[in-house]
Amino acid sequence: MNIAIVTCLILVLIGFAYQVGWSRSRQLVPAGERLHSRPNYHGSLVAIWAAVPALLILGLWALFGDAASRAFIISQLPPEVANLSGPELSQAIARVRQIASGFGVVGEPVPHEVSAGQALRQFHLLAFALVIAAAAGTGALALYTARKRISARLRARNEVERFIRLLLIGCSVVAVLTTVGIVASLMAEALRFFSYVSPADFFFGTVWNPRFSSVGAGTGEYGLLPLLWGTLMVAAIAMLVSLPVGLMTAVYLTQYARPKIRDAVKPVIEVLAGIPTIVYGFFALVSVGPFLAALGDLLGLEIRATSALTAGIVMGIMIIPFISSLSDDIIRQVPRAMRDGSLGLGATLSETITRVVLPAALPGIVGAFLLAVSRAIGETMIVVLAAGNSPYLRLNPGEPVSTVTVTIVNQLTGDTDFASPQSLVAFALGLTLFLMTLILNVVALFIVRRYREQYE
Amino acid sequence: MAETSIQPPAASSTSGGTLRTIRAGLARRHARERRFRAYGIAAICAALSAVVILFGMILVKGVPAFTQATLRLEVFFDPEIIDVEPKPVQAAGQSTADFRREMLDWQRQVTLVNWNRIIEAALRRAAPDMEFDARQGLSIVETSERFVLRDRFVGDPDLLGKTIKLDLLASANADNWLKGNIDRSLPDAQQQLSAPARALADHLEETGLIRQAFAWHIFTNVDSRSAPASAGLAGAFVGSLYMMLVVLVLAVPLGVGSAIYLEEFAPKNRFTDLIEVNINNLAAVPSIVFGLLGAAVFINYFRLPLSAPIVGGLVLTLMTLPTIIIATRSSLRAVPPSLRQAALGLGASRMQTVFHHVLPVTYPGILTATIIGVAQALGETAPLLLIGMNAFVAAVPATPLDQSTALPVQIYLWQGNENRNFFEARTSAAIMVLLGLMIALNALAIFLRARLERRG
Repeated sequence: MNIAIVTCLILVLIGFAYQVGWSRSRQLVPAGERLHSRPNYHGSLVAIWAAVPALLILGLWALFGDAASRAFIISQLPPEVANLSGPELSQAIARVRQIASGFGVVGEPVPHEVSAGQALRQFHLLAFALVIAAAAGTGALALYTARKRISARLRARNEVERFIRLLLIGCSVVAVLTTVGIVASLMAEALRFFSYVSPADFFFGTVWNPRFSSVGAGTGEYGLLPLLWGTLMVAAIAMLVSLPVGLMTAVYLTQYARPKIRDAVKPVIEVLAGIPTIVYGFFALVSVGPFLAALGDLLGLEIRATSALTAGIVMGIMIIPFISSLSDDIIRQVPRAMRDGSLGLGATLSETITRVVLPAALPGIVGAFLLAVSRAIGETMIVVLAAGNSPYLRLNPGEPVSTVTVTIVNQLTGDTDFASPQSLVAFALGLTLFLMTLILNVVALFIVRRYREQYE
Repeated sequence: MAETSIQPPAASSTSGGTLRTIRAGLARRHARERRFRAYGIAAICAALSAVVILFGMILVKGVPAFTQATLRLEVFFDPEIIDVEPKPVQAAGQSTADFRREMLDWQRQVTLVNWNRIIEAALRRAAPDMEFDARQGLSIVETSERFVLRDRFVGDPDLLGKTIKLDLLASANADNWLKGNIDRSLPDAQQQLSAPARALADHLEETGLIRQAFAWHIFTNVDSRSAPASAGLAGAFVGSLYMMLVVLVLAVPLGVGSAIYLEEFAPKNRFTDLIEVNINNLAAVPSIVFGLLGAAVFINYFRLPLSAPIVGGLVLTLMTLPTIIIATRSSLRAVPPSLRQAALGLGASRMQTVFHHVLPVTYPGILTATIIGVAQALGETAPLLLIGMNAFVAAVPATPLDQSTALPVQIYLWQGNENRNFFEARTSAAIMVLLGLMIALNALAIFLRARLERRG
């Protein structure tokens, strides 16, 4: 169906309906009646009445139109063709459609194709006309009803506002539906996975070896622990880098720096937050990894170029602005009186900070820390590029590791069947990741909110 | 600390013991103060140097990739080599499908022409006194350039028998050699190019027939595996553009609508609390989980096409929705209540108050939120990998339903290319393009914000 024509028709319908409502309500004014709502609300109300049923019918056709035309073609084809299956049937249908569209087919078309093509063209024309007529008819009927309803006492504004309110509620429900969709899809696929592998083997297994089905029989071993260990190790290194740097940056910028320096430095550090993670991954792979390996050689340590250390350090850099701007907010919420009191009693600024300001801000900082941990756990591209993808339980941070997120990417971008445990395990991993970050976020948001209330 | 601050200074001047204790500790305390300050400065320096090193590395690696060794050759369209029938013309009454087939047959003939011989002849004319065989000569010209010749000919069959000057890309290996990315002292066995080819490249550079030209094709070509030097970002760019359009069209109305409802209309009850907690958590869900949602729901359940920008756009919409909602809500909250009270007091309905008076004040905030959300979506990679956007696509997508890739995914694909020497630079160049776009978006946000706020 021609989208441009339909859009134009809808716009014409809406414009016309608005005009009808507007002028009808205006006619009431000279009759000496006082309108409850202004004419533009009457116009909008009629337009809504006219557009909604028409759009509903068009929407139904958009959903089921293709299936209807397919069924029609099959009914037109001779039985020996119609009983074909799979690609052959699709090809026959495609040929008929090409004839109907006037594009033609390669070679001499078979008579039954020509007749089916002609029938299909008529069917399309008829269906298009019918749908348009139905949409226009219901639209016109609704328009007529709405026009008849117009009177001076009609609360057109209230009705329009109720409609807008419904639309707004619909918008807010999308966010809820997203969460429902995430939980439902992860749960459903994870349960399918658990029908192959027992949850105990998954959650407490220490070997990760999902043999790909092409290699041979057997489903492989799916132990979560090596991945979890890698995830936690990378996150821990990241926090070791970002917490001191981020926190001290926030402390210095809020307590020591002159406003000019603060205004210059803060946006530059926040640039780090806007850089895409793939760029950090490339940076880790190309610069930090080789640098750390060379440094390790110099110190006599074995550090691989792609390792937990590389990924962790770069992830730490990524999280610095996150920690620093969150702590910045939190430190600024500590009442000034507490700080001034401590300074007035003769404490130095650093003593004030470490013994008064930071302890008072501690709950908020813990919240920020937890939020940062949840980001580090869920981060994907840096570890995909720089952690080395080696799912073994190892203590040495200079060795490559693998994480939950890396494994999700690996399992879903391979050439495996979607229904195989090799692919489904990604959803079990995703569910684990989702729950971990959810718990961290809920706790962190709770702490931060409590902290805010304390000083407000 | 405790005993020093309890004593007021006036009292301690009389009791010399305490004063002495304070004085004795003073130097130590001041040293500690200085140390603390130094930590702060060190932290800021660390964060700033991370920014500088990151951008420096990308620039140093990426800038050379924007110029590319290009040959300027006089190409003779030799009728002896190009021995094909005349280009077919659609006869009256011929179906489009048949004409297309005839055209394809002709193009196949043209493709089967040995274009390499034409390039070789052009090379021999350019360097008559150099000795090289056909393979050696062709190894310095990118393999895609014979298709450039073919396409020129298909576009203009009158070129037969004529000589024109053409700019042809040098191969990736020749580019590496001429830019000095390869150690020139390595023995023959470790060089990508044979000795005569290297000599030919050097000779052509000396005679000015190879020069470093600005690599426009990075912006106009699509990705290529067989001809790395001709690989460009056009497909990825258009794919990203479609996705951003989907995000703009869906995320902004949904996000703003939902923010308006939650902030202005929602009654305080369980349901709105649920939506609220839910949005806060959704904002912190790792992006890869949205990719899993896309794979399970959009791809596997609704059977939307793999690798299509529309699916990527939908996933990114869900991901950026919380960002836009939260930012819009905070700018709605910043509108002074007096504005609402004044409008309500004059008899405006709540809907009129919000849409006529409150919302216009928040336009700068909503705009910033939108641009930040789009920038975030533009740089996101991980969820796109899970819906198949890491497929190799050598075409510019014509509609959002076609297969395509995206800018960050292209970076991911290029960094994994085997020809590291060449693609490290190309990847950095792609990163520069991506970062350039993001900086431009953010600058636009700052500029528009400043303008709108001044007017308001």
